[in-house]
Amino acid sequence: MTHQPIRFYQTGTFTVGNRLLAQEQRSVQAQAGRTNSLNSGHRACQGCGEALGARYAIDAAMDATNRQLVAANATGCLEVFSTPYPETSWQIPWIHSLFGNAAAVATGIAAAMRVKGRENVRVVAQGGDGGTTDIGFGCLSGMFERNDDVLYICYDNEAYMNTGVQRSSATPPAARTNTTMPVGSSTGARFGQGKNLPRIAMAHEIPYVATATVAELRDLEAKVRRAMEFRGARYIHILVPCPLGWGHGSAETIRMARLAKETGIFPVFEAEHGEVTNVSKIRRPLPVEEYLRPQTRFAHLFKPPGHPEIIARLQQLADRNIRRYGLLDTEAAS
Amino acid sequence: MKPKPFAITLDPGSSLANHTGSWRTVRPEYVDRLPPCNHACPAGENVQGWLFHAEAGDYEQAWRVLTRDNPLPAVMGRVCYHPCESSCNRGQLDQSVGINAIERYLGDEALRRGWKFQPPERQSGKRVLVIGAGPSGLSAAYHLAMRGHAVTIREAGPVAGGMMRFGIPKYRLPREVLDAEVQRIVDLGVTLELNSKVDDVLAARREGGFDAVFLAVGAHIAKRAYIPAGSAAKMLDAVSVLRGMETGEQPLLGRRVVVYGGGNTALDVARTAKRLGAEESIIVYRRTREKMPAHESELEEALQEGVLVKWLSTIKQAGESSITVEKMALDAKGNPQPTGQFETLEADSVVLALGQDVDLSLLDGVPGLEVADGVVKVDDSMMTGHPGIFAGGDMVKGERTVTVGIGHGKLAARNVDAWLRGEQWVHPPQHELATFDKLNTWYYTDAPKSKQPILDTIRRQSTFDEVVGGYDETTAQFEARRCLSCGNCFECDNCYGVCPDNAVIKLGPGKRYEFNLDYCKGCGICVSECPCGAIRTVAEEI
Ligand SMILES: Cc1ncc(C[n+]2csc(CCOP(=O)(O)OP(=O)(O)O)c2C)c(N)n1
Ligand code: SF4
Ligand SMILES: [Mg+2]
Repeated sequence: MTHQPIRFYQTGTFTVGNRLLAQEQRSVQAQAGRTNSLNSGHRACQGCGEALGARYAIDAAMDATNRQLVAANATGCLEVFSTPYPETSWQIPWIHSLFGNAAAVATGIAAAMRVKGRENVRVVAQGGDGGTTDIGFGCLSGMFERNDDVLYICYDNEAYMNTGVQRSSATPPAARTNTTMPVGSSTGARFGQGKNLPRIAMAHEIPYVATATVAELRDLEAKVRRAMEFRGARYIHILVPCPLGWGHGSAETIRMARLAKETGIFPVFEAEHGEVTNVSKIRRPLPVEEYLRPQTRFAHLFKPPGHPEIIARLQQLADRNIRRYGLLDTEAAS
Repeated sequence: MKPKPFAITLDPGSSLANHTGSWRTVRPEYVDRLPPCNHACPAGENVQGWLFHAEAGDYEQAWRVLTRDNPLPAVMGRVCYHPCESSCNRGQLDQSVGINAIERYLGDEALRRGWKFQPPERQSGKRVLVIGAGPSGLSAAYHLAMRGHAVTIREAGPVAGGMMRFGIPKYRLPREVLDAEVQRIVDLGVTLELNSKVDDVLAARREGGFDAVFLAVGAHIAKRAYIPAGSAAKMLDAVSVLRGMETGEQPLLGRRVVVYGGGNTALDVARTAKRLGAEESIIVYRRTREKMPAHESELEEALQEGVLVKWLSTIKQAGESSITVEKMALDAKGNPQPTGQFETLEADSVVLALGQDVDLSLLDGVPGLEVADGVVKVDDSMMTGHPGIFAGGDMVKGERTVTVGIGHGKLAARNVDAWLRGEQWVHPPQHELATFDKLNTWYYTDAPKSKQPILDTIRRQSTFDEVVGGYDETTAQFEARRCLSCGNCFECDNCYGVCPDNAVIKLGPGKRYEFNLDYCKGCGICVSECPCGAIRTVAEEI
């Protein structure tokens, strides 16, 4: 297991830190001297999961690489809210080029570093789900195929948020977006469409693929650290709730991510060379309804007369994840 | 400055120039809420506060915080019925924190290591007389001495401790523990005068030149019940039986002992009788187990030791070697009513454990001092109707437990202290209660409560060895770490970690955190994700 949870009863197993933990047991985010790669003053919405996920991941990557890191960023909220000219929130070498070419830009940086003999400098590419699963997909698949020495991080908020919430191929079925409005006989985004990028990445048999959420910091940090132990193409897919696009309270961001994992809607696992090596077990199993109900993007499922049949189909998808990844543990450690 | 690239006219700037705090409509605020354990403690202990230090293994600091409120932790860690644990939020998660056993560990550790109280730097020049060396009197003496007053305790009995000695058997409270904790109070410079009964309070105050008096003589006159008894019947009362155990006049109870009553004292006598060699020790109680005022754990221990209970029964008559009991039935209101069915029980002695009254004789003729329902009337400041005479413990209205007595002593001391300076003590405003719904329990890991070792039954039936054992160091620390720290920051770094805007400043060990309101957008994630409910949201004035 990449992430060996500490059994620390007061808390500390799940919290960011704890005053009683030994220094080496503390998370990167608990350190007063963390990089704060994405600094204050950025223009992300209140409670933005993407801003949080990006700082978690990049701070961890900075820590794992001895601060020898360059990041390429696709267009999307993360880029827009962090760098209105001439200001930047980034406290690391960071480059933006286009919406669809972050993977290619990162590949180029990695090649340049190799040529210059600076292979200690590691490269990260990052983008939203739209930039990753749709427009940047070709570049990304090429990067995987060539096994370029890049860690690609997708911040998945399940739609094109920066342009006002349009469906992407990571939008879940039944969700309302501005292009999948539940009007007439439509009940939101269709079933049977969309791409499962972590599985597609695994199909490329690249050294390392992992999923994570902003609800489990220590797991997320451990995965970034692990990814940096490999050379070659690596992919981490982080679920980052978006209060604006999902329609939940700004204080509920972490809770939403936790519910996504606990209901089985979003499986959290890691895979090496195309094979699953580790899964995060569900701690307190819950029906998908618990996750759907607080989000206005699913409100139409609950408006009288309601759509129990749609909810049942979503439950089936969660159940399939639970089966497929073995998310439930009979002797589940809690 | 480097030449700028093509089409670039401005130097790069930092987003720190953009004060996103101006977006805020609500603001997070760190609070200290009142943990339910502290709230429930009759002695007003800062339970969560001392557990905080025990968690870190700083037992001395834990003991020092604890003894700010209660000078007798080794005693309390054994005899308190721990209402703190009944209200512990962790009880709603798995099981309550073993607060009482940790308190005992701290108390014992202090005795092992010889930790002493830090005497006050200055003396007030005031003299206070405390009458009675029971829990309430000792507590008052301690708190008064710590405030620089010269305290004299007058105790009618030959030893200090009051009901802790004459009411609680030694298998629950070893005497060396009690003696050591009393001695530590005396070492503060408190004068303890034994065998020194006060018959006239006013005279004692005047002659001794005392500025104030605290009355805490307890309640030790056994209540009687009219039971027709033959001349040969051996009838005793619980107070004298338990007292006799301490003064060396070991009571002769015989082979078959019947105890009449349903309180903790009845159980103490029945368990004592077992240890003195009684083959049968039977409690006769007129109601049911659910209605029994005795503490559940004490009943459980008594039953394990072979004590029998005749529920729904009253004693009708007592003869030379037997008694007649009548069966009772509960009426619609739950009160026991006679049924006319009788039964004979063999009994060499009958011990009445029907409660105790206060000996009020020393208060005769004190102007202004009022008595109602057999107890002394006091106001909110624990003062009687007579200026400068305060009272507490079993002789005033309230639950009669050691812990309540200690709480009265502390409260009285604060008020005496203020009164001596011509002031009025005001209770500092209480924090809002840290109820279970304020916690984010996701963050806590399940962990069962640690058990205390129990002496085996054979030895419990034949010796007065202590029944319940204490935690060792590892167990005490493990148990302390089960505390959820309800309503009080314990520096888990969650707020610092979960803020998407880096608007939480970590101030370093022991200093907690601060919000950077220049950048806090008021999203509220820190409030939702604080495990212990130590952050709240307040509306921003716009
Ligand atoms: C080639 C191109 N097409 C369209 C856009 C407009 N655009 C900017 S951001 C964005 C959506 C980004 O969505 P996603 O990648 O999911 O990131 P998010 O904003 O949700 O974090 C779009 C469509 C663009 N910048 N470039
Ligand atoms: S729209 Fe969503 S992803 Fe974009 S800044 Fe707002 S909360 Fe973050
Ligand atoms: Mg998106």
